[in-house]
Amino acid sequence: MKLPWKKDACSHRLSGQAGRRIPANGIDPDTIIRFTFDGISYDAHPGDTLASALLANGQHLAGRSFKYHRPRGILTAGPEEPNALLELRTGAWREPNSRATVTEVFDGLDACSQNRWPSLRMDALGVNGLFSPLFTAGFYYKTFMWPAAFWEKVYEPLIRRAAGLGRAADEADPDLYEKTTTFCDVLVVGSGPAGLAAALVAGRSGARVILCEQDSVTGGRLRAERTDIDGVPGWQWADRTVAALRQMPEVRIMTRTCVFGTYDGGTYGALERVADHVSCPASDQPRQRLWRIVARRCIVAGGGIERPLVFPNNDRPGIMLAGAVRTYINRFGVVAGQRAIVFTNNDDGLRTAVDLKHAGAAVTAIVDTRTQASDMAQQVAHDTGARLFTGGAISNTYGRLGVHTAAIRDRSGRVRHVACDLIAMSGGWNPELSLTTHLGAKPVYDPELCAFTAGSFPPGMLAAGVANGTFMTADCLHEGAARGQEAAAACGFDTELPPLPAAPRESYGIQAIQPVLQDQAGRDSKAFIDFQNDVTAKDVRLAAMEGFRCVEHVKRYTTLGMATDQGKTSNINGLAALAQQTGQDIARTGTTMFRPPVQPVAIGALAGAHRGRYFKPDRLTPTHEWARQQGAVFTANGIWHRAQWFPQDGETHWRDTVNREVRTVRTAVGFCDVTTLGKIDIQGPDAATFLDRLYINGWQKLPVGRVRYGLMLREDGFAFDDGTTARLGEQHYVMTTTTAHAGAVMQHMELCHQWLWPELDVHFISVTDEWAQMAIAGPRSRDVLRHVVDPDTDLSNDAFGYMHAAEITICGGQAARLFRLSFSGELAYELAVPARYGDALARLLMKVGAPYGIAPYGTEALGVMRIEKGHPAGPELNGQTTAHDLNMGRMLSTRKDFIGRAMAARPALTDPVRPTLVGLRPVHAHDELVAGSHLLPHGAEATGAHDQGWISSAAWSPTLDGWIALGFLSGGPARHGEMVMVHNPLADSQVAAVVCPPTFFDPAGDRLHA
Amino acid sequence: MRLNCPCCGPRGIEEFTYRGDATVHRPGMDAPAHAWVDYVYLRDNPDGWHRELWYHGAGCHAWLVVTRNMRTHEIADVVRAVDVARQARENAGS
Repeated sequence: MKLPWKKDACSHRLSGQAGRRIPANGIDPDTIIRFTFDGISYDAHPGDTLASALLANGQHLAGRSFKYHRPRGILTAGPEEPNALLELRTGAWREPNSRATVTEVFDGLDACSQNRWPSLRMDALGVNGLFSPLFTAGFYYKTFMWPAAFWEKVYEPLIRRAAGLGRAADEADPDLYEKTTTFCDVLVVGSGPAGLAAALVAGRSGARVILCEQDSVTGGRLRAERTDIDGVPGWQWADRTVAALRQMPEVRIMTRTCVFGTYDGGTYGALERVADHVSCPASDQPRQRLWRIVARRCIVAGGGIERPLVFPNNDRPGIMLAGAVRTYINRFGVVAGQRAIVFTNNDDGLRTAVDLKHAGAAVTAIVDTRTQASDMAQQVAHDTGARLFTGGAISNTYGRLGVHTAAIRDRSGRVRHVACDLIAMSGGWNPELSLTTHLGAKPVYDPELCAFTAGSFPPGMLAAGVANGTFMTADCLHEGAARGQEAAAACGFDTELPPLPAAPRESYGIQAIQPVLQDQAGRDSKAFIDFQNDVTAKDVRLAAMEGFRCVEHVKRYTTLGMATDQGKTSNINGLAALAQQTGQDIARTGTTMFRPPVQPVAIGALAGAHRGRYFKPDRLTPTHEWARQQGAVFTANGIWHRAQWFPQDGETHWRDTVNREVRTVRTAVGFCDVTTLGKIDIQGPDAATFLDRLYINGWQKLPVGRVRYGLMLREDGFAFDDGTTARLGEQHYVMTTTTAHAGAVMQHMELCHQWLWPELDVHFISVTDEWAQMAIAGPRSRDVLRHVVDPDTDLSNDAFGYMHAAEITICGGQAARLFRLSFSGELAYELAVPARYGDALARLLMKVGAPYGIAPYGTEALGVMRIEKGHPAGPELNGQTTAHDLNMGRMLSTRKDFIGRAMAARPALTDPVRPTLVGLRPVHAHDELVAGSHLLPHGAEATGAHDQGWISSAAWSPTLDGWIALGFLSGGPARHGEMVMVHNPLADSQVAAVVCPPTFFDPAGDRLHA
Repeated sequence: MRLNCPCCGPRGIEEFTYRGDATVHRPGMDAPAHAWVDYVYLRDNPDGWHRELWYHGAGCHAWLVVTRNMRTHEIADVVRAVDVARQARENAGS
């Protein structure tokens, strides 16, 4: 075909600083700032977005499409942009998929196009368009199905290279992010006429108002249109209104803040772009701030999003939404083309012709799909000198890197080719409903508006203006004011409606959502519905023919409405095309669900400051600083940091250190900070009964001044936690829990007390942080303690024997608690002092213990010694073991109720073949045993069928000069002396070991009773 | 989501821990095994209103009985579990 006006796509590139501009309300024309795009430097003005600055410089071409690598331009002037996705900044700051239409230009901004190679104008993969039959609906599921092995090696890498968006930075994000929460009476989303009117009325009532505007400036469409309010340009009225709002102490205006999600209970998520519009955040300034806004009422006034028209080759650079064309003219002073065609199915689109003409561009044609010319159409055609094609359509477009010709089919079917460098299209407007639907409300179709509107609202939410399906400016103002009044009143702030300013009532005159338009040959394979995902009318048709009739299925099958724009410009056209195919009406076809976030939110913003070492808090023991001075190596125990061992000069391996620490305790004396164990103070007449219900064993007969070991179960009969509880007084107990379960045990006890047995007269509180507790263990521990406790405490074995407890004084009158407890198996004590004295106690023990050879020991030596003694700990109380499994079945009381009693008695839980706690020693003492290994009958093949148990804890025992382990073995107690195979599948190793009782050291307990 | 704690006032969901069904009741000492299985393992998943136990761990440590609509997440009522439990004892005793 010979095309008469073929020209270069960028023919309207204009010379001069920052491109040619006409007067506009949103830029500072006297200041020049510079940015680069694909390495070329351009000028811009403060107030520009990347999109407006590129257009001002004649650059329509902004990217390559996702699948076909088709040249794409700037479609919109807002956050709904599907095409103009760019990479911003470089290195660690590189951010892909940034929408040029919302990126504010700053001096030095570095932007790059993406998904193209070697260059934007000359993209090698543009040939993908030739293979488009491969990329039709469901191509992921069809084309690359066979052979299966090809997927990983061939297809996926191929697709990943060919189809894609931008590149993420490959370094850690260097920016700071913050999270914060705020509260208000009325949250207003959007600062167009409706939002401003709402905020003004609610603000005047005295209610606490937050007005969020996702844009950098307030005013919404008032900045994009030449609409007068009260006799002044709408944007001036908006500025005055905002100035008035700023005078109100209870009103907060947040620009660059997108409310992206509605959550339960009047909670809203918002993202504030604090420093995206500057080259680098100020020192300590976050780049973005995540807000949680709790609002009693929320007025959604976020306007609407214009629909493209679906016609063949409707995706060329230079084909834009009509409203966006007006935005660029009126707000940015940028005329996107000099020879324009307006293509519309409604009166609103016609305003574009007027604005273009006013801006000095030629409007050669107005193509109006409506079969009856509206009054406005005739008037506009007359005023602009454009030729009006009533009942016409654009049936095709031409131009490789930008549109230069449109084929216009008039109502009689005759086609004319018309030169153009801009097509402004309008398929009507969709109210922006996202926030209304996040909690599950379904939009309903309004046939008069030819759009979906909110069917119902979440509790506390109202809507006004275009977002509520109210399109005329005067009505928006009225509705906004009324909603502001209503919302304030609901919060207890009554106010009268002020007189409303004079504003126009624009005509709209839409008759239907425009069906898909085909070319002269009836083709629609290049009629794009979803620009971002390259989904065409043909794809939707194909999906419908293949039986995908539910809109949610079509979305997944064709990818329509996915990715960064979430189908903001495509969803409704897509379901209209589906309705066209299935013969169902649009109302019954329904829309897909909107889910938060409305706009993309960086993961960094969701994480806020909670990353790296600030991901969770540090909990330090009272002796932490002292231990650090001793050169201790620390380990994480939940959020606690505990000393793992204390290396000394000459020790080259951690095991040297641990062996020395164990030997010190076994031969002299050592001490260890055990503050991290949970401590719960329990008081009241029913305290013993309460303990009876919590533990499997009885507590009524525990005398004052004695300690007892206890095991707790969950209600399902499995072991939950263990520890010792001391009786300090007639009605006073102090319980210790494991470090790991301290919080869970407290919560469990509170449930038991408040919910199960509220009649028990007992009170309890966690005192973990109140007491520093030190284990002092070893044959010389009593000698050391005599230098610490006051003389009136008799430490002799007769007076203060094993499992005794007392409230005593130390260091000349300081209150303390002393328990004769031993985890190590040695003569040992635990001494508790108020937490503030923990550090001093450690230093004192070092000093007075020196003559006895005292040394601190860490959690590793603690672990070795408890394995030597066969005490269960976390690996044994792993949530899958019972009292019987732990050889504590005899502790289960039969004379009282307790948590887990009934379920622990289930036959399967008491079956003797259950894996039960045993000790294991390798036949060759130096063969290493590894926790997690499987236990197999000796000589059996290492298969799952032969699995009889596992090793839970293993250690090198310096005391026994060999490896030892605790484990669970089927029928264990009856198998002492038997040889089994310890199989470690990770290392593919097998070690022969002998089953033994789990107490390796001093089984009679002579040492701890010494 | 927010819960209106009877002790602390309306607070964000992150202060609370969910436990589950508040309509099951712990069987007595002599209850048969199947009653315990029901109590420990079996739960209804009603479409609509449900009563659940929540714990205000980052607040007053009260266990709460929350009446929540499982479909809409609407919260109709938040009361202290101890009050519910005491009332149940009184009703059972009278």
